[in-house]
Amino acid sequence: MRVRTAELLVAIVLAIMSAGIMWKSTELNVGWVPKSGPGGGAWPFWLATGMLGTSIWTIIRWFRRVTPQSRSDELFMTADTVAIVGPVVVGLVLLLLGTYFIGMYIAVFLFMIAFVRYLGRHSWPMTMSLAIGAPVVMFCLFEWALSTPLPKGVSALEPLYYPLYDLIY
Amino acid sequence: METIIEPLMLGLVEAVQPINLAMMIVGCIVGLFVGAMPGLGSVNGVAILLPLTFLVPPNAAIIFLAAIYYGAMYGGAISSITLGIPGASTAVATVFDGRPLAMSGKGDQALMAAALASFIGGTVSVVLFTLAAPPLAAFALKFGPQEEFALMVLAFATFVGLGGDDIPKTLFSIFIGLVLATVGYDIISGKPRLVFFDLAAFQRQISFLVLAIGIYGIGEILWTMETSGGSMQVNYVKSTFRSIIDNIKRAKTYFFTAIWSGVLGYIVGILPAAGATPGSLMAYGLAKTFSKDPESFGKGNVTGVAAPESANNAASTGSMLPMLTLGIPGSPTTAILLGGMIIWGLRPGPLLFVEHPDFVWGLIGSLYMANIFTVIINVAFIPVFVKVLVMPFTILAPIIFVLCLVGGYSPNALLSDVWLMVIFGVAGYILRKLDYPVAPAVLAIVLGTLAERSLRQSLLSSQGDPMTFVERPISGIILLCAVGLVLVPVIRKFMPKKEAATAGASEG
Repeated sequence: MRVRTAELLVAIVLAIMSAGIMWKSTELNVGWVPKSGPGGGAWPFWLATGMLGTSIWTIIRWFRRVTPQSRSDELFMTADTVAIVGPVVVGLVLLLLGTYFIGMYIAVFLFMIAFVRYLGRHSWPMTMSLAIGAPVVMFCLFEWALSTPLPKGVSALEPLYYPLYDLIY
Repeated sequence: METIIEPLMLGLVEAVQPINLAMMIVGCIVGLFVGAMPGLGSVNGVAILLPLTFLVPPNAAIIFLAAIYYGAMYGGAISSITLGIPGASTAVATVFDGRPLAMSGKGDQALMAAALASFIGGTVSVVLFTLAAPPLAAFALKFGPQEEFALMVLAFATFVGLGGDDIPKTLFSIFIGLVLATVGYDIISGKPRLVFFDLAAFQRQISFLVLAIGIYGIGEILWTMETSGGSMQVNYVKSTFRSIIDNIKRAKTYFFTAIWSGVLGYIVGILPAAGATPGSLMAYGLAKTFSKDPESFGKGNVTGVAAPESANNAASTGSMLPMLTLGIPGSPTTAILLGGMIIWGLRPGPLLFVEHPDFVWGLIGSLYMANIFTVIINVAFIPVFVKVLVMPFTILAPIIFVLCLVGGYSPNALLSDVWLMVIFGVAGYILRKLDYPVAPAVLAIVLGTLAERSLRQSLLSSQGDPMTFVERPISGIILLCAVGLVLVPVIRKFMPKKEAATAGASEG
C-alpha cells in the first residue's frame, strides 16, 4: 500500500468511526435539558461532529493533493518495516492472550526469550537473565510491595505460586 | 517577598526528607538514562513509570517524576554529542555543534558545556518559576468555570497556532482525545455513555494512562524500532579531573548566552504546544545571530551547545508553571504529571497552593535540589552513560514492553485496559506515520473531564447563553488570545514570503 492510499483509507475509517460515535452519543440527550443544562450526550456528540468534520476536511485536502502524504507514492510499510514491527505486534498480542491461560509471569518469561533470543539474536546467558529477571522483579514489586496480584492464568497453575506466597506473607 | 521565602524554605526542607531525596536521586538517574537513549524522552519515561509510583506517597511520587523530566533534559545532550543522534527531540539543536566537537576530539568540552548550561538554564528558570507561581495562582483563584474552560480552549489553540502540524489532523487529535475522556458515564447524571458493544473496557472511564502508555510506550517504540535500523558510531569521551577544571573555567565564554537562553526557554516552555524543542532551536538561532563569530556555529562552537541545552532545561520548568497554577499542562510530560495528580486525589489548579502547600512547595524545592544533583551525577558518570548507550534496542524494547504491560494493568487490575493500550499504541503508530500529531490527544484526554464539567457548569449558570464566555472580562480576553493564535497560520499563509520571514523573527 502506498502512503497516498493509506492517508485516504485512514481518513475514511476515522470519518466512519466519528459518525459511529455521534450515533452512539444520541443514546443520551444531546439537546438542552431544562434546569440541568446540556444533556449528557451533547458534549461527546459535538466533539464527534468535530472529528467527522476534520476527517472530511482531510479527505478534501487529499483530493486537492495539499498534504505531503497525498502526493507520496512511497510504500506505507516497506518489507523491512513489516519484518521489524510485525513480529513485535504479534508478540505483544500473544503475550496478552497467553496471560489468560498461563498467567502474566510465564507469558513474560516466554515473551522475553522470543524477543531477546530470536529477534535480537543475543546470547543464551543474556536471554535467560532477562527472561528470569523480569518476572522475579515483577513479582517482588507487585505481589510483595504493592500487594497487587497479577493474573496467573488458569487455576491449575495456582499451586506453582504457593511456595512464593509462603515466602512473602 | 517573605510570602515566597518562607514556603520555599519549607519546600526545601520537604525536598530533603529521606524518601523524597532518595526518589529524587533515583529519578535524576532514570531521567538521565531515559533522555540519553535515542527514541526515549522524558514523556516516555514518565508515562511508563507513573504506575510504579503508587508505591510511595504523592509528594515523593511527583518529585520522582519531575526529577525524571529534569534528568531527561540533561541526558538528551549525551547521545546528541557522543552518537550524533538526539537522545530526545528536545536535544536536536545540541547535535549541530556537539557532534562536530566530539568528532574533533573535544567531546568532553561539549558534554561539560551541556551540563553546566543545563544547570544555568535550570536555575534561572526555577527562580523565575518561584517568583511567578504564587501571584499567578492567587490571581487564578478568582477564576470561575468560564475562565477554566477558556484556558483549556487557549491551550488547544496553541497546538493549532504554533504546533506547526497539519491543522485538520491537529484538530482531529484534540477532538478524539476529548471524546475518549467522555467514555464510561456521564459526569453529571451518572448514566452510562459511549459504552460500545457493552464491552467491559468501556464501562468505566478510559484512564489517560492507557492512552499515554499506549502512545508513548508502545507506539513510539515501534516507531523507533522502524527508524533505528542503521548502526551507530560512538565517539568515546575521555575525561580527567584536570580537564573538568579547565572546562569549568571555559564556562565564562557562554555564561551570558546560557542565562538569556534560559529566560527564553522558560517563556516558550509555558506554551503547551511549544516547549523544549522549539525553545532550544530558537535559542540556538539567536545565539548564532548575536555571536561575534557566527561562521563557527555548526562547526564546533561550545556556545552552540550551551544555548539549546540551557533553553530545553528551562522549558521543562516553564511547562510546570501553568500545570501547578492553572491546572493546564504546558507540555505532554506535564499532562501526564497532571493526570497523575488526579489519580493521587489532588485537584490541580490554583487551590493546590492553598490546600496542599507541602506538595507544591516540596516539588518546587526539589527542582532546586534536582538541578544540583543532576549536574553532579552527570559530570561524574558521563563515561557510564556512554557505555549504556551502546546497549542494543532489542534488549531495551522488551523491557519497555513488559513495563507497559504491568503499567497498563496495575492501576485498575483489568486486562481489557492492556488490550486498549496495545490498540492505542498501534493506532498511534499508524497515525503518526501519517503526520497526525499525538501530543494534543494526550493533553485532551487528561483535560477532557475538567473541560466538560466547566463547560456545562458555565452554560447552566448562564441558562444556556454562550455569550457568558465572552462577557466575563478575563475569559473574554483569554478567548481573544485563543482566536489570535488560531489565526496565526492563516495570517502566515496570506502574507508575502519576505514579510512572513521577518514576522517570524520578531516573534522569536
